[in-house]
Amino acid sequence: MKLILKRLLLALPNLVGVIVVTFVLTRALPGDPAAYFAGAAATPEAVAQVRTQLGLDRPMFEQFLSYVSDLAKGDWGVSLATGQSVISELKGRLPASLELTLFGLVLAVSVAVPLGVLAATRPNSAWDHGVRALTTAGVSLPTFFTGLLLVYVFYYKLGWAPSPSGRIDAFVSSPPTVTGFYIIDSLIAGDFTALWASIKQLILPAGTLALFVLAPLARMTRASMLGVLSSDFIRTARASGLTPMTVLYTYALRNALLPVLTTLGMVFSFLLGSNVLVEKVFAWPGIGSFAIESLVASDYAPVQGFVLSMALLYVLLNLLIDLAYTWLDPRIALEG
Amino acid sequence: MSMWKHALFGAAVALAVSLPAQAQDARKETLLVVNETGPNSLDIHAVGANRPSYGVAWLAYDRLMSFGRKTVNGVAYYDYTKLTPELAESWEIAKDGMSVTFKLRRDAKFHDGSPVTAADVKWSYDRALAMGGFPQFQMMAGSLEKPEQFEAVDTHTFRVKFLKKDKLSMPDMAVPVPSIYNATLAKKNATAQDPWAAAWLKNNTAGGGAFKVASWKPGQEIVYERFDDWKSGPLPKLKRVIQREVPSAGTRRALIERGDADMSFEMPPKDFALLSQEKTGNLLVKSTPVENALWYIGMNVNNPPFNNVKVRQAIAYAVPYEKMFTRAFYGRAIKLWGGKPGPVATAAWPATHGYNTDIAKAKALLAEAGYPNGFETTLSFDLGQGTVSEPMAVLLQESLAELGIKATINKVPGANWRAQMLKKDMPIFINRFGGWLNYPEYFFFWNFHSSDPVFNTSGYKNPKMDALIEKARYETDPKKYDAEVKGFIDLLHTDLPRIPVAQPVMDVVMGKHVSGYQYWFHIQPDYRLIEKQ
Amino acid sequence: MDMKHFKYVLKENPVTGFAFVLFGLFVLLAIFGPLIAPFDPLDSNAGEPLTPPSAQNWFGTDSFGRDIFSRVIIATRLDFGIALSAVLISFIIGSSIGCAAGFWGGWLDRVSSRVADTIMAFPLFVLAMGIVAALGNTVGNVIYATAIINLPFYMRVARAEANVRRNAGFIEAARLAGNHDVRILAVHIFPNILPPMMVQVSLNMGWAILNAAGLSFIGLGVRPPEAEWGIMVAEGATYIISGEWWVALFPGAVLMLAVFCFNLMGDGLRDLIDPRRRT
Repeated sequence: MKLILKRLLLALPNLVGVIVVTFVLTRALPGDPAAYFAGAAATPEAVAQVRTQLGLDRPMFEQFLSYVSDLAKGDWGVSLATGQSVISELKGRLPASLELTLFGLVLAVSVAVPLGVLAATRPNSAWDHGVRALTTAGVSLPTFFTGLLLVYVFYYKLGWAPSPSGRIDAFVSSPPTVTGFYIIDSLIAGDFTALWASIKQLILPAGTLALFVLAPLARMTRASMLGVLSSDFIRTARASGLTPMTVLYTYALRNALLPVLTTLGMVFSFLLGSNVLVEKVFAWPGIGSFAIESLVASDYAPVQGFVLSMALLYVLLNLLIDLAYTWLDPRIALEG
Repeated sequence: MSMWKHALFGAAVALAVSLPAQAQDARKETLLVVNETGPNSLDIHAVGANRPSYGVAWLAYDRLMSFGRKTVNGVAYYDYTKLTPELAESWEIAKDGMSVTFKLRRDAKFHDGSPVTAADVKWSYDRALAMGGFPQFQMMAGSLEKPEQFEAVDTHTFRVKFLKKDKLSMPDMAVPVPSIYNATLAKKNATAQDPWAAAWLKNNTAGGGAFKVASWKPGQEIVYERFDDWKSGPLPKLKRVIQREVPSAGTRRALIERGDADMSFEMPPKDFALLSQEKTGNLLVKSTPVENALWYIGMNVNNPPFNNVKVRQAIAYAVPYEKMFTRAFYGRAIKLWGGKPGPVATAAWPATHGYNTDIAKAKALLAEAGYPNGFETTLSFDLGQGTVSEPMAVLLQESLAELGIKATINKVPGANWRAQMLKKDMPIFINRFGGWLNYPEYFFFWNFHSSDPVFNTSGYKNPKMDALIEKARYETDPKKYDAEVKGFIDLLHTDLPRIPVAQPVMDVVMGKHVSGYQYWFHIQPDYRLIEKQ
Repeated sequence: MDMKHFKYVLKENPVTGFAFVLFGLFVLLAIFGPLIAPFDPLDSNAGEPLTPPSAQNWFGTDSFGRDIFSRVIIATRLDFGIALSAVLISFIIGSSIGCAAGFWGGWLDRVSSRVADTIMAFPLFVLAMGIVAALGNTVGNVIYATAIINLPFYMRVARAEANVRRNAGFIEAARLAGNHDVRILAVHIFPNILPPMMVQVSLNMGWAILNAAGLSFIGLGVRPPEAEWGIMVAEGATYIISGEWWVALFPGAVLMLAVFCFNLMGDGLRDLIDPRRRT
């Protein structure tokens, strides 16, 4: 417990760095939010009035101080574009992004791990090269391009996938919010129509993400499997006459999964920050698409809120990975 | 275990039986609209309320009056010349023409069931002025400038006193800004710092319009539900309207084509051009000219080289109009070039000018102006209008290169665009402007008057222009008015602070089963009139 | 890393061989592209707008009537230029800071590690977006943004490698021979950490191209009418649904091929440098 606290304290300077850099960066944006939000027909006086209202006429340092003191009070500001408080926007949108990312990861793992095992059991065979080429091709595709292609083929041409217009079919009402994850919420409500409708919406965008992260997962599985397969205890197990399947799945894979887990954590935090483009293509109401729009509108508060929440998640996730590591492999102590 | 299984099976059967019928019913009375952006506020008076939020005001609130309708291009079009009753049953203009007295509908109710009174109207009009910024400006455009002008005579009588005789006063009360708010409800949610309940009304409605806002997820969707007690007009046929935000244009098109969405009115012109030729016949594209609006190429008249009128004329001869028309507008616009050279024949606006693509002439003019070898400049446009502006910019750049003019294209993101317009230092730029109130002098005031309004991005100043605009504003003699309008249009065509390229059209695509679409000046759809078969 | 080993690795791993050949082709395209391209990439009279691939326009034409084949070829130089400059910048800055930090430790190490951690805590693509949005839409700024978000990777690799070697025997020997610290860093440590850094460079090149393309896709990258793969895919994206698939597909495919090639090369280099670490 003490160690966790220490780790969090150590992450504090990074968070401060993130807050300062984001603040400076957003203020350096060329747009004039006052001019933007004063509306189309604003006179210079009206713009000046909006500027005062937004506090943008005060010195930079003063603005920063009031931003930080608001943050300390738990007030992350208000998005000018949607008129909602940044906290409530993030609360509504973060589950959407998390659900998409997690679903994508589950898809990726369920494909990448078998592929990695396949490659590891036949090193340097055609299978191995094939897996490598396939996963590398996946990571080489720009996600926005993959997304568009999938929409074209599976929705427009074949009609298999539902319309890429958000988290749930427009005519199915979304389940009452408990966790914000539609899959979980519809299970809680026992609403199977909503469950099926939200899973259907998830498949294409999650597939796009999964394709992109196949490579690191499959490779890590392969490498770690290769290491485990050449280790002594596997040789012993084989020698003692266990079937190859039992050796492979019960002994080798279980031991090989630890590094895969670490990779998974890294991939997750990377994905969450970079599925911005996928969200845009699939009209996914997540935090990424929100960040892009706010950035273009020079809407400071949501950009700051987005970056800060991502940084917090990053810190927490790293801590979790470390904890999982020590828990799975007690030989590694959690260092301060 | 078996209990669980039973329950699950039962539920599945129930779903299988009940769902299709229910879903079909819901679909028939629900309209699904997909657009690029949705409202950012439920209150049109809020600071920074965007265009889609005008649509919320239009549906969730009533005005005292509305406009009549006519038909243009086979599409229902609002009629600017005819005012029709909405919350007001009738009205009477005083003999001296200096005030108007409205009689309110006695049966009209707000969504919470309370009756609409003259006090609510007075509060709403006062609020539009007090909120400052855009709503205040819009009220002042109709010479509605002081709260003392508005008087609640009795519960159902409301009077507006005029400061001067202004032809814009009456129509200005039928635009979305003077919407009627439920003053009692709003005041309950007001605070000492926020007497007009701005914070609460941004996220809640207090109106009595034909539709209630059932749910609003900013940036995602807004759902309207019919207000069954609406008395200000015929009850809408639709029970629900879902307006979803789908940022990708390609996706919006796919949704419409596959019949998953009923309607969309934000798509690149190319898609509209193709959809309107669709042979399958399941889709309907309605196209109407956007009045009092222009796509144009503007130039800064205060800095070289564009401070030389010959340079500006040279550019006007270098614009590849035809190419722009086919490759940027895909024919979804009205041509404004290649007319008869010289003064305009009528006072119709937007007007056709006499310039044409003529590179030889352009080169000659440029040489006369002292730039035989061209120059370097920056060509800017608003990223938010990129679907049309970007191809226009690329085509113009290519054409200018033939004159030796090296133009660097500068895409300006939305927030920056407004700031750039205020700074007035872009040398040459592509933009679009439309005026709500359909009078040419209104357009010219905003764009060319020397008092330097925001949209005079060229920094154009000409006393002759000012005089003509000001005279036309309060002109009562139709003949003189025509002469003044022609006068300032001709002045624009010779001085060329901007080169009109085309008049935009408003395209809407919908399924064949949707009818009742009508064009409004605020370019938002009016679901009160729409029905599905 | 002799020729024999090189040949052996290629034989063991034909995919890497393919990647090296592909890379060679891309380099040739980048150098001789303007000589090969049948049309001026900006010429809007190469054909009718939006014509499908034909004998005249191999990859078809875009909405302006520009030849997509020529544009794809010409874009090679710009895309490789962006990726190469970005990676070079982060390589030079990142490895010098990382080396110094790993070698000397102390406050330099602490500060630089903090900086790297802070950058890593950002959602990287959004940081790049922010930088380009704040500094302006130019090729130069896309390069800087890409360089900044890649910086921590180089700093970390260089730091770790330098740290391991700082007490190695040959360094001690060099020190005893009277070499100055900076000289040891430059002459003895840096060349030794170059191989692992090259793997990072190659993998990063692909990432840099993807990053630039992503920025262009949301309108924050290279300016029109410049030919660049990402911008071409973005432009073509709107035409996919209407059936004009070639506008996005060809630049998209070439973009993918380039990234693919860099990724495979990175793997291949890793094999060449350290066969045991192959994953």
